[in-house]
Amino acid sequence: MLDQTGARRADVLVKGDVVSEVALPGELGRPAGALVLDAEGCVVAPGLVDLHCHLREPGGEEAETIETGSRAAALGGYTAVVAMPNTEPAASSAAVVRHVLQLSRGALCEVHPAGTITDGRLGRSLANLAEMAAEGVRIFTDDGNAVADPALMRRAMEYSRSLGAVIADHCEDPALTGDGCMNEGAVSSLLGLPGRPGVAEEVMVLRDLALARATGARLHLLHVSTAGAVAAVRAAKAVGVAVTAEATPHHLALEEDCVAGYDTSYKVNPPLRSHDDRSALLEALAQGVVDAIATDHAPHPPEAKQVSFCEAAPGMLGLETAFGVASTCLGLPIDRVLALMSWQPAAIAGLTGTQGGPVVPGAAANLCVLDPARRWTVVPSALASRSRNTPFAGRQLVGRARHTVLAGEPVVVAEEAQR
Amino acid sequence: MSGRHLLGVADLGTEGIDELLRLADTFVEVGRRPIPRVAALRGKTVVSAFFESSTRTRLSFETAAKRLSADVMTFTSSSSSLNKGESLRDTVLTIEAMGADAFVVRHSCAGVPSQVAGWLGEVGEAVVVNAGDGAHEHPTQALLDCFTITRERRARFASAATRPRALEGLHIAIVGDIRHSRVARSDVLAFNALGAEVTLVAPPTLLPPSLEGWPVALSHDLEAVLPKCDVAYLLRLQNERMTEQFVPSLHEYTATYGLTASRARLLGPETLVMHPGPVRRGIEIAAEVADSPRSVITTQVANGVAVRMAVLYHLLGSGAPVGA
Ligand SMILES: [Zn+2]
Repeated sequence: MLDQTGARRADVLVKGDVVSEVALPGELGRPAGALVLDAEGCVVAPGLVDLHCHLREPGGEEAETIETGSRAAALGGYTAVVAMPNTEPAASSAAVVRHVLQLSRGALCEVHPAGTITDGRLGRSLANLAEMAAEGVRIFTDDGNAVADPALMRRAMEYSRSLGAVIADHCEDPALTGDGCMNEGAVSSLLGLPGRPGVAEEVMVLRDLALARATGARLHLLHVSTAGAVAAVRAAKAVGVAVTAEATPHHLALEEDCVAGYDTSYKVNPPLRSHDDRSALLEALAQGVVDAIATDHAPHPPEAKQVSFCEAAPGMLGLETAFGVASTCLGLPIDRVLALMSWQPAAIAGLTGTQGGPVVPGAAANLCVLDPARRWTVVPSALASRSRNTPFAGRQLVGRARHTVLAGEPVVVAEEAQR
Repeated sequence: MSGRHLLGVADLGTEGIDELLRLADTFVEVGRRPIPRVAALRGKTVVSAFFESSTRTRLSFETAAKRLSADVMTFTSSSSSLNKGESLRDTVLTIEAMGADAFVVRHSCAGVPSQVAGWLGEVGEAVVVNAGDGAHEHPTQALLDCFTITRERRARFASAATRPRALEGLHIAIVGDIRHSRVARSDVLAFNALGAEVTLVAPPTLLPPSLEGWPVALSHDLEAVLPKCDVAYLLRLQNERMTEQFVPSLHEYTATYGLTASRARLLGPETLVMHPGPVRRGIEIAAEVADSPRSVITTQVANGVAVRMAVLYHLLGSGAPVGA
C-alpha cells in the first residue's frame, strides 16, 4: 500500500463508502460476504485524480459522454476528474454547471466541472465566477484557448482571490500560433506544415506569471510543454508566485517527429515538442517544478480526425493509458508517479476531503489498485472511450490499473468495468 | 523508384529521377505527332482530385493522362465545400469505389497525398501522385524543372551536351518566398539529388523556420549570388495581404529581392531564368527579364505534360515499350 505517508504491506477493509480497517497482511478477518480484490504484486493507493479532461457532454456526445468518459477514467485508475468547460454550451453559468453535476450522478468516478473564465469562452467579458464557485467550481479556465486579453486576465485573477479559486490557463498566444498545427521547427519546416512556435507558449506563461505575482492569485498552468515554459515556472516558484503546473503523458512520452507520417492522432495543442523540450519537461517533473500529470483527454470522432492534418481536430485520448505511459516512459519511482497523479492534483483541485488522502480508517474509500508490472498493448477498439484517437495505438505499456474503488464501490475489478 | 506512389522527390532517388527524365524525352516526341496519343494506359482511370483549385496543373495532368489514352475523372472541390460530417477519407474511398487506378491529388494542406495513399492502401492498389500539398512538395514540378534545365542547356550550350547528367556541378539560386513554397522544397531535393548546388536567397521572414537538414547554402544578398549562378529560379510571392505580414511592402521586396532588369545584367551569358508560374511581372521578376531569351518559363509549362506522362506511365504502365 502506498500513499503520501509512505509504503507498507497491508490489507485494507472497506465498509460502506469508507476505509474501515488497515492491518498487517493476514491480520484482517474476512467478514462474511465480503468481496476480496486480489492485489498480489500490486500497489494499493488513493485513486488517481485528473486535473484536465474533456468529457464533451453536453454538446459533444458523438465524441464522449460523461458515462463513457468516466468509465475510461475508472479503467485508468481514476476516482476523480476535472471536466473542462469547453462544452456546448460552455460551462459559463451555474445552470450549465448544475446540469453537468446532474449528468455526473451515475458516473464511474467523481466529476468536478471546471467553469470558464470568460463568458461563453469568448474572451470578451468575465463569466459569472462567483455564481459557479457557489456550485462548487474550484478551477476556472478557457482551456482550448488562452485568455488573450491581458486586462481581462488580470481582472479574472483579482476577482478569483475572494473565491478561493484557481485560474488555469491554456498558454499559447493565438497571435503567435496563427493557423499552426504542429511544433514549429526543423520537422515542420521539412513537412511543410504551419508551425505553432514554442515561444507562443512561453510568452503567455511569462505574462500569466507576472499577472499572478502582481495580483496574488492562484495560477495553474495547463499542459506546459516547452523548456522555456518550465524554466519560467521554476523561476516564478523560486520567488514565491502561487503557481502550479501540469504536464501531459503525451508531452512527456512523445516528440514532434511523430507527426512525420501526417497521422492526425498526433495532432494536439500545444503540439508535441522537440527532444530538448521533452528532456526539460522530464527534468522539471523529476525536480518537482511540474506538480501534476494531467491527461488532457480529448476525444474526437473519426470524421474529425480523418481529414487533412491542418483541418483535423487537435487532441488525444489519455485516461485509459495515462498510468501505463507514466510508469513505462518516465523512469520515476512509483511513489513519485502517484504523487503526480493522485495527491498533488487532488490538492490543486481542492479535493483532499475525499481524494488523494492517506489510506487510513475513516478515509473516503476512493482507491485504485495498480499493477506496475502488467504488460499490455493499447488496442483502440478495446478502449471504453467513445472515441479512438489515441496516439499510443499498438504500443506496449508496462503498468495498468487492476481495480478501482469509488466511494466503496468496486467500479473496476480485474481490468473490467463493473457497469 | 522505391514506392508505388509519387508523394515526394525522396520517393524517386537519383536513379528514379534520371529514369523519368529519359522517359519524358520520348514523350516530348509523342506530343509533336499529328495525333499526340499513345495507347499505353488504355483502360486505366486517372482521377484528378483537386481539393485546391489549380487549373494549370490540373489541365497539365489531365492532358498527360489523355495522351496516354487513360480515362480521366475530375473531382474539384475546396475542402470547405465538402459535405459536413463527411471525412476526407470517406470522399476518397467513394471516388475509389467508382474505379480509379491513380489519384492525382492537390490539397492546400501538407500531407494529404500521403494520407490518401494510406486510405487507398486499406482497400486496393490505386496509386497516388502528389500534385502539390500545402507548403510541402510538388514533385512533378521539380521533375519538369530538372527536365527543362537539362534539355535547354543541352540545346543551347556545347559544354552541356557531353555531360552525362546535365545538373552535375551547377549552381542554382532559388529566390523569394521559400517559406510557403512547395516548389522550393521539391526543387531543393531534386536539384541536390542530381548534383547541383543550391543557394536559397530570401529575407529571413520568407525562409522556413529551420533549415536544419536542408542541403543548401543561404544568402540574403541577391546581387552577390546572381553572377555565380547557372540558374536563377524565382518564386512567386503570395498575395499582397499575406505578403505584408512577412515583408514591409512589395516595393521594398522588389527593391531587395526582385530580379530587375539592372540585376539581370549581373547574370552570366549561360544563366537560365526560371519561375514556376504564374508570374507576377514587376514584383519578383521584371517583365523584360521574364520575356528575355534566357528565360525558359514558357518551356517549363510546355515540358510539364511530357514529364507528367512519364510519371503516370511509370506508375501505371505495364512496362511495355511506349509505342503506338
Ligand atoms: Zn488546453
